Amino acid sequence: MTQPASNYALEIIDLNKAFGGLRVTQSISLTIRQGERRLIIGPNGAGKTTLFNQISGDMRPNSGQIKLFGRDVTTMAPYQRAHLGLSRTYQIITLFTGDTLEHNVTLGLLGLLPSRWQMWRPLSFYRDLATEARRTLDTVGLLHLADHPVSEIAYGEKRRVELAMALAQKPRVLLLDEPLAGLSNTERSTVKSLIASISRETTVVMIEHDMDTALDLAETVTLLNYGRVIVDGERDAVIADERTREVYLGN
Amino acid sequence: MKWIASALFAALLLLLPLYAGDFYINLASQILIAAIFALSLNLLVGFGGMTSLGHASYLGVAAYISALLASRYGYGHGAAAIVSIMGTIAIAAFFGTIALRATGLGFLMITLALSQVLWGLAYRMSDVTNGDNGIAGLTRPAPFGISLDSAAAFYWVALIVASFSFLMMAIFVSSSFGSSLKGVRDQSRRMAALGFNPWMIRWITFVYAGFWGGIAGLLYVYYNKYIHPTSLSTTSSAEALLSVIAGGSGTLGGPVVGATLVLLLKNYASAYIERWNMLLGLVFLFIVLVMPTGIVPGLSKLAARFRKGPP
Repeated sequence: MTQPASNYALEIIDLNKAFGGLRVTQSISLTIRQGERRLIIGPNGAGKTTLFNQISGDMRPNSGQIKLFGRDVTTMAPYQRAHLGLSRTYQIITLFTGDTLEHNVTLGLLGLLPSRWQMWRPLSFYRDLATEARRTLDTVGLLHLADHPVSEIAYGEKRRVELAMALAQKPRVLLLDEPLAGLSNTERSTVKSLIASISRETTVVMIEHDMDTALDLAETVTLLNYGRVIVDGERDAVIADERTREVYLGN
Repeated sequence: MKWIASALFAALLLLLPLYAGDFYINLASQILIAAIFALSLNLLVGFGGMTSLGHASYLGVAAYISALLASRYGYGHGAAAIVSIMGTIAIAAFFGTIALRATGLGFLMITLALSQVLWGLAYRMSDVTNGDNGIAGLTRPAPFGISLDSAAAFYWVALIVASFSFLMMAIFVSSSFGSSLKGVRDQSRRMAALGFNPWMIRWITFVYAGFWGGIAGLLYVYYNKYIHPTSLSTTSSAEALLSVIAGGSGTLGGPVVGATLVLLLKNYASAYIERWNMLLGLVFLFIVLVMPTGIVPGLSKLAARFRKGPP
């Protein structure tokens, strides 16, 4: 009997992680459907980014299981998960500051291609990669800066480069760690419509503090506190929930 | 303008044996060998962010294997060269596996320790390596029947090999793989998230750098017709590292300039001062203070400022 393909893009089963005595992830179980838009909220220190780090493989859980499209990836290295269609952005901007925007996005494309091992041919000969990188930069509205080094552009633009690098990979699951952090109001609405326009082929899981913007994008919401899932479900139900008020929106 | 300058420089190099005496031709050959060696180390230090203090291992292993096979087991130069390069690659692959368990200072210490093991073996296993006496009485190969015993003939071969090495390493760092390597140096975690395997990228670079170190080692033993454990010593590794840092790590010209500087100092200063290492130290200190990124980046920054005019 063959195993049926999972309906879930991401399944997290009884995940635990502790730093010494501090239990940052406490028996978290979550399921996220393919194409779903999931928002993860919670106060500072609730364990949101730690959860992302375990999903992306930057951190190993102490126990529990992570499945990507029904496949157990708990012990896989980050790069292996990337090849299964997982992509992420970082809360703290992690770009190649000395290189141009085009080069940054090109690295995103190259990461999934066999030609990343090519040693005998200059990268600049791959014109199709540069073209594709520029097209992605165009979708985030940064084509005019493609030849500038990252160190020369503004903070809000760097956030969009983060997004462009991830989007260039055409991920099946995209983890966005505070994509709106530190943006001006205009930039916020730009990035918001950008996220809203991501194809339904991609499952989006997002950590965000800006509720006004983020709730519009989400279908389902998970509330974390002290490393535990407090409430989990449809957006409106979670907002209306008593416990959400208590932990996050309240006082 | 730039084009003419480089053509002139190439002609100067190519025709060197026509206007210089044997002493200078030999010095130039030594510089070329040291340049290949420094360039190979620069792949690790400058482009990979892996500071190694044991790179002399690969130069020494290639030189020793070739010397032993030729002198003791009667191998021809061609076969000896192939076996010694294969041996060097194998050692680099093995050492890389061990050293890359760590990064940064840990990596540096492991490379240092491993190269000390080889140095100790070369010294102590005297029934094989002839210990402190070294292996003397070696010959130079004669490719296509052309004898390389004259200073000029050897220089031209060294120039061809060095130019080819330079070209290959230049292509390597500008390739997709080279971009991956620089990416891993700058943001290893990000690169992993993008689908690159940082460990494998570092390891392949380590082996590749070892390979070119081995090429330098072959030329080294052909040039000297003699090999001694000092070629495996930490001093030998440190000299190359100094060349890379002084010239400008992470640039292609830097290691060449650095190796030239070190060899000139070694050859000229040692005639006047017994402790020429001290002078080298002072020069190095001066460079680090005045141009912290090395001579080549320092000078190009200076030139850029000059062109722009005073602020």
